[in-house]
Amino acid sequence: MNEINEIIKPGNYLMMGNEACALGAIIAGCRFFAFYPITPANEIAEYMSIYLPKVGGIYIQMEDEISSIASVIGASWAGLKAMTATSGPGFTLMQENIGHAIMTETPCVIVDVQRCGPSTGTPALPMQGDVYQARRGSHGEYEIIALAPSSVKDTLLLTIEAFNLSEKYRVPVIILSDALIGHMIENVEIPDLSSIKIIDRKKPLKPDESQFFLSEDISPMPTLGSGYRVHITGSTHDEKGIRNVYDPIYVDNLVHKIYAKIHKHIDDIVKIETRYLDDSKVLLLSYGSVARSALHAVELARKAGLKVGHVKLITLWPFPEKLISNIINKGEVEKIIVLENNMGQIVNEVKRVLHKDIEVKFLPPEILGTIHDPMYILENLKRILGDK
Amino acid sequence: MSIIIKNKSIEIVIDEEKCKGCGICVALCPLKVLVKSDKISPQGFNLPFPINRDKCSGCRICEYYCPDFAIYIIEGEK
Amino acid sequence: MYEHPLIKYLRRGIRQPFCSGCGNGIIAQCILRAINDLKIDMKKIVFVSGIGCSGWISTLFNADTLHTTHGRPIAFATGVKLGNPELKVVVLTGDGDGAAIGGNHLIHAARRNIEILTILVNNRIYGMTGGQVAPTTPHGMKTTTTPYGNIEYPFDLCKLVEAAGAAYVARWTTFHVKQLISSIKKGLLKDGFSFIEIVSQCPIQYGKYIDLQEPAKLLLMLKDLSINKDKAKTINEKELKEKIIIGEFVDREVIGFSKAYEQLIIKAREKRNE
Repeated sequence: MNEINEIIKPGNYLMMGNEACALGAIIAGCRFFAFYPITPANEIAEYMSIYLPKVGGIYIQMEDEISSIASVIGASWAGLKAMTATSGPGFTLMQENIGHAIMTETPCVIVDVQRCGPSTGTPALPMQGDVYQARRGSHGEYEIIALAPSSVKDTLLLTIEAFNLSEKYRVPVIILSDALIGHMIENVEIPDLSSIKIIDRKKPLKPDESQFFLSEDISPMPTLGSGYRVHITGSTHDEKGIRNVYDPIYVDNLVHKIYAKIHKHIDDIVKIETRYLDDSKVLLLSYGSVARSALHAVELARKAGLKVGHVKLITLWPFPEKLISNIINKGEVEKIIVLENNMGQIVNEVKRVLHKDIEVKFLPPEILGTIHDPMYILENLKRILGDK
Repeated sequence: MSIIIKNKSIEIVIDEEKCKGCGICVALCPLKVLVKSDKISPQGFNLPFPINRDKCSGCRICEYYCPDFAIYIIEGEK
Repeated sequence: MYEHPLIKYLRRGIRQPFCSGCGNGIIAQCILRAINDLKIDMKKIVFVSGIGCSGWISTLFNADTLHTTHGRPIAFATGVKLGNPELKVVVLTGDGDGAAIGGNHLIHAARRNIEILTILVNNRIYGMTGGQVAPTTPHGMKTTTTPYGNIEYPFDLCKLVEAAGAAYVARWTTFHVKQLISSIKKGLLKDGFSFIEIVSQCPIQYGKYIDLQEPAKLLLMLKDLSINKDKAKTINEKELKEKIIIGEFVDREVIGFSKAYEQLIIKAREKRNE
């Protein structure tokens, strides 16, 4: 932590979201960052290229996004906490290697500063279009963790959280930021760094250990060059990492185990924030930049005497199913309005979990590529409350 | 299981389980020590056999060129 | 007592997956012999391999082995080397993996002069997937996807990597085991990007299309097609077209990327807080 004081001392700072991401990573112990320039993520790289060498870390600009995530995985196995950042087009390119990181249980963090898609789209305007992609972007069956910050402070803290989760569960963690959060400037209080909990991956202790994969309680991860002679492969393998591409029993074992690794510990992983649940008839559910408007709308509604509650998803994947089902058990919730800056992605998960119990509605912004105006939300809220 | 053929102080070891009968050792031996025999390995390949074992000089060409680590020379005590 | 001299370098219980007579096994031996001669600690070497038959060479080794996605071993290896510059990093790739899908990473790693040894096994065809044309397949040759003959021309990979800026570039065939071992030793000790192209026999796929599937004959054919780079300068271009030019093309001292980065860190730490 002394090293980090060379970069920044505790105190209040006006900071851009992307800068907070870089700082959060360094505080979390990130010492390898590989990147290919792409709007609106470039500032993360620019700050990393300045800060990382100061703490002895490595910043490398690779030839494309594919090699960026590939070198992150290599560096992670060499023992470093590693991260890359990108936007939609780059996130798409990275999917194959994200699958490799999942298959090999490699801790790493991938920041997707979402732009308006599809394709090149509008790079500097926000959209929440990559939510499904974060869950299902790579081929095959797998589970992954994705977090959504909704402020500059959130970005700092959730980047640290992302590293902790990726180390603890040996899984890639996606941070779904967007052009608005990435580029906005807000006041952030850099806390006393000794108060921040940092988690490191579990390493093997005995020289004769050999089971480095597929434990539901997370296998120890050897560092390359420490004598364990580990075989790490993207092919289907057993607990020792040895490939078997002939017998389907290995596929069955592997897929079940990588699912179980996340789902057994889901209560430790998922987080949401809620307000005014106890006496609410209607809830507004949102995440990321939209949650800013949603919360403002809830406050306006409460002032007007409307019994509205606020639910902010921090974890998008794995979807916090239990936490969401539980929220409607409190009070007399009748409706939930899901607000997203897209054509409806997380709303389908909310519907899947809640549709039998309450009415689930979807509200995009007046114009896609912007976050909802709180007055617009309020008008729609009143209209929905009016419909019985 | 290996065939071990002793020639003075050189032992030519042929690992039956590893050999895939490619014939490279037979073709490359400069002293024509080896032939492809009728003996079939557990994997189903024709094994080499050092029919002219006394000619072997221990040059290890068969050992270096074997793709399966299946033939090698052990130099014994002189 | 009667075990193979290289047994200590081999992972126990792993069956050799290659076809009968495949050049990959010969290459595996050469790599292990080079390591043995130099007495390098196997625990401090990391083998990073791509997808294809050549990518399976390192699965035989009793060492840290990272088997990556198609075309990307050099990118993964860059992360490994920078993550721990004390490690020796060896990439095993093929002509498809390294020069088609992985071509971009090959040229940038050479330009960057990252201190890794890349061994590219060039069997001039896509072996694992059944014999499709590769960027190194000779002009005119029939393959599963060029049934009317290949209308494209192959890369000269050594020239490509030399132009990109590598510190050591060599080409041999699987016939030239002694020279290969010597080159691998040089590559392991080099503080820069080392590239060794090994033209190798593929009896099952390549051999099928030139009607020469006997491994020994294919291996000897590679020997007959080879010409040393100095001798190549003396013969005319037409005769040279069919030939495989072998030798060491580049051997220079240039500061490697990880060493240059160490100096950058010192510089960054000296600067006041910005």
